[in-house]
Amino acid sequence: MFETLQAFLSTFLFEWLAILMTLVIQAVAVVLPIMLVVAWLTYAERKVIGYMQARMGPNRVGYFGLMQPIADAIKLMNKEIIFPDQANKFLFIIAPVLAIAPAVAAWAVIPFADGMVVTDLNAGVLYILAVSSILVYGVIIAGWASNSKYAFLGAMRGAAQKISYEIAMGFALVTVLMIAGSMNLTEIVKGQQGGIFNWYLLPLLPMFFVYFISGLAETNRTPFDVVEGEAEIVAGFHVDYSGMTFGIFMLAEYAMMILISFMTSIMFLGGWLSPFEGIPYLEAAFAWVPQLGWLAFKVSFLLFVFIWLRATFPRYRYDQLMRLGWKVLIPVTILWVFVVGVMKYFDFGPWFN
Amino acid sequence: MVRFLKHQIKTWGLLDLFRGMRVTGKYFFKRKITVRYPEEKTPISPRFRGHHALRRYENGEERCIACKLCEAVCPANAITIESEEREDGSRRTTQYDIDMFKCIYCGFCEEACPVDAVVETRVLEYAYLERGPHIMTKDKLLEFGDKHEAQIAADRAVDAKYR
Repeated sequence: MFETLQAFLSTFLFEWLAILMTLVIQAVAVVLPIMLVVAWLTYAERKVIGYMQARMGPNRVGYFGLMQPIADAIKLMNKEIIFPDQANKFLFIIAPVLAIAPAVAAWAVIPFADGMVVTDLNAGVLYILAVSSILVYGVIIAGWASNSKYAFLGAMRGAAQKISYEIAMGFALVTVLMIAGSMNLTEIVKGQQGGIFNWYLLPLLPMFFVYFISGLAETNRTPFDVVEGEAEIVAGFHVDYSGMTFGIFMLAEYAMMILISFMTSIMFLGGWLSPFEGIPYLEAAFAWVPQLGWLAFKVSFLLFVFIWLRATFPRYRYDQLMRLGWKVLIPVTILWVFVVGVMKYFDFGPWFN
Repeated sequence: MVRFLKHQIKTWGLLDLFRGMRVTGKYFFKRKITVRYPEEKTPISPRFRGHHALRRYENGEERCIACKLCEAVCPANAITIESEEREDGSRRTTQYDIDMFKCIYCGFCEEACPVDAVVETRVLEYAYLERGPHIMTKDKLLEFGDKHEAQIAADRAVDAKYR
């Protein structure tokens, strides 16, 4: 798709300019929709949590409050950015940038449909793991630069939590890689062809849960949001941030949420594939749904679960959180690596061909 | 052994978590209890204690006889009364001020009043943006009473048999 665009542009532009323009267009084409989804995800979150608490949620700005994200954005942009007196200004400014950059960069390798991917990287999974690890620096630097004990406590918690859960997350992905035999996200989705029973969800059901729970912890969502922990440490690492610097942290958090949902869909739920493949009548009945539509449906459902979990569970205590990460999730993943190895040796089920 | 197995199934099946999510999931579809305030309003009791008013008799004579019982009973010292003999020889107030910032809306003034002159109405939508207008003078209170007399009388009538 973008090759034809580049070829078209190079007919009347310099070669390097055509490449540059294509890159910029690609970046905008991916980042802009994601930022819009992020904006309305905040609306969806407030609305869904409101509904689960027998409230209405935002319903004043526009029909059903649909313009609420716009109002929020205008409000945040107009607010003053306050620098604490003793703060390290350079680090204070660079922290939100470090938070949002990986959350945006990771989208480069996400396939939205067959061939609809910015970079069809062969080590896509590795790239995503590497890039999303950088996210923790945003939190640590924000906590350090604020020069406040609450921010620092939040940052320390955040660093420990993210590093712990990254191990479980990595192991969960190892099992996927063992089945798929590839680190290319497009290949991983293609390996799940053939309807709902060929998805990696069934042989890797525990890993699906482990990955999703680790994803909750990675994005600092309840029940694992000890980084923010408003009851104990006010707002954690972004306690001193205001205006759009705070808004950028929020953008990063929600962009990561969407990224984790995309990754879960691609790894375990067959990505853009229809769940009705190979089922006689349903397949034809749902043939009109585009590939992007199936992926969007799965991602929306997972995002709903993210919000649903937030509306349901209280925050974990810090030591319980660490116990869950190290003593439960990591042993389970290591055990399942062996189970998958055995399954692979015996060519178990339709997944290992 | 059975208990141990049950516990393990409960833990590893995440059963408690799913039960919790079922509760919130159920509430997602329940009727919302929010009242969209300016458009919708909750019903108000006839005994509601809101904005004060001074009432008149049907012939237009003001009820208040300056007995100062309300001033005495007011726990917040919000009421100030001055009185003088009128030309026709009757005892009337020359000043009757209620400081709406001091008032705690306890309703004692209304209970103390022997002639049902000072009452608290069901009007609750008022606000003062600056100092000054919050002192309700005798004229303002009488005017307020004239404006809402129908509602005030109806509310007193409903409550009459309990007084």
